Amino acid sequence: MSRKVRIAQLSCGPEYSGVQKEIYEAAESVDAEVFFPDIALADVERAVDAFGLDVRSADLKLMIARGKALVDGKVDADAVFIGTCFRCAEAAIVRNELRRYIHEHSRLPVVSYSFTERTTAGTLLTRMEALTTIARRRALLAREEQTGITMGVDSGSSTTKAVVMKDNEIVGTGWLPTTEVIKSAEGAVASALEMAGLAREDIQAVGTTGYGRFLIGRHLGADLIQEELTVNSKGAVYLAGHQRGASTVIDIGGMDNKAISVLDGIPGTFTMGGICAGASGRFLEMTAKRLGVEITELGPLAMKGMGKNVPMNSYCIVFGTQSLVNALAAGSSREDVAAAACHSVAEQVFEQQLQEIDIKEPVIMVGGTSLIEGLVYAMGQLLQTEILVPPHSQYIGAVGSALLASGFIKGE
Amino acid sequence: MAKVFIYPATSLILSDLVARFGHKPLGAALGIRERIQTAGVDSPPLQITPEEPKRGLKYAAVEVPSGVRGRMAIYGPLLEEAEAAIIVTDADLAFGCMGCARTDELILFSLRQSGIPILELKYPENEEEGVQFVAAVRKFLAGLEKEGEA
Repeated sequence: MSRKVRIAQLSCGPEYSGVQKEIYEAAESVDAEVFFPDIALADVERAVDAFGLDVRSADLKLMIARGKALVDGKVDADAVFIGTCFRCAEAAIVRNELRRYIHEHSRLPVVSYSFTERTTAGTLLTRMEALTTIARRRALLAREEQTGITMGVDSGSSTTKAVVMKDNEIVGTGWLPTTEVIKSAEGAVASALEMAGLAREDIQAVGTTGYGRFLIGRHLGADLIQEELTVNSKGAVYLAGHQRGASTVIDIGGMDNKAISVLDGIPGTFTMGGICAGASGRFLEMTAKRLGVEITELGPLAMKGMGKNVPMNSYCIVFGTQSLVNALAAGSSREDVAAAACHSVAEQVFEQQLQEIDIKEPVIMVGGTSLIEGLVYAMGQLLQTEILVPPHSQYIGAVGSALLASGFIKGE
Repeated sequence: MAKVFIYPATSLILSDLVARFGHKPLGAALGIRERIQTAGVDSPPLQITPEEPKRGLKYAAVEVPSGVRGRMAIYGPLLEEAEAAIIVTDADLAFGCMGCARTDELILFSLRQSGIPILELKYPENEEEGVQFVAAVRKFLAGLEKEGEA
């Protein structure tokens, strides 16, 4: 049995929010243990002075002292979880600065999260899983080339994607909307195999990712079942041909968004948001439906419009739709509304998530929404940079899975 | 005998002083250890569930962070019960401390609004101030006794 991954918890308020049990449970489910770095009370003020952030809350001072102890190597840990109360401004400053400090001064993977009393172990699971993967599977994540014949399946909240790879080339792809999880996966796999001209027996290793990863992983007898944060990072830098150095990966999904700061193909810090649908691909789907176009036509339509002509800026899908309906009723053009919807989603992601990671170029957009050019354009405008959308970007999870799965081929 | 809320609520010294002079201290009654191995400096001795932040809604609105509301679910009833309070400001961590500055602001405000007798003292920096500190606490607590008798 492998050693438990030790995750250092730096936090303010989880016990009083009643969610500490959920944090323990999430860590336990990925064979990790959460611990509080043991430091001397006398060291707290000294550490805060050295850090230079003058906060008033004693628990935030304790967080800083514990973070410093980790960076100084006084406490051993494999990863760091930073959590503070949602809506606390003082805590948000400490959370961000501490995350940046640990990221810049150590090789410890860090994830930060702002919780409420409603936070559950399920919400935290993917983040904890990613932390343990980075800590436990550095060697696997270092893989830069796909070998043999492997398949990756990404069972996402909106669509299921499958990719077959052979000798570092994508030879088959398939996708279906996710309805019945296993059926959708079987359909996508069949399409990918057909395109590749291969049979299931030819596949030497299988990797699965996405929300349905455990279910389809068991069904397909997968060699690797992996959360999408590490898999997508790997797939993104692989497809973008940028496996070495720093980069930023943005994946605006159907149900949640991922923003990942990557170094040498391995996530350093990342955020995952999934609370408000106005900042997700789902809102763009609704917009396309309301405008009477296919989702594939939304991007080109948006490129013809001027987003600033339509007021739309809501992280709530209901209010966003209200703005959309009002704009159309007031005589706005479909093009302008499409552009405004793309800008609104990009802006929510920019304001809510990208502030929590360090943006390093190149910025790589992946996932199905990266094919909506109006959204990519809006994100580029907000970040003032050219966004890279690699080929097959919509298959990112499946490609990352197929790439990493080749590490499980016998004899590898 | 008066019920005296102590701030910082975790201060064993304050709790002991109040009890010695014949009153009932209202505080967290949790010792600050030399080493900290729990989540916070004032980690609760109780099993707090997500229900506590909801109970805390009686003292703080829903937009207030859950950690503040969870703390208020513990301290709010004590504040309601308090007949007097001793507040020590700028206290050393080892004297006893509260983890969240926002909760502190709300607790102190609630105490000042309640109209109960309050003694506010700065944490003593040396022995002489320490002697004056204890004397002030004793005088305040003795005064409460007289108020009770009258």
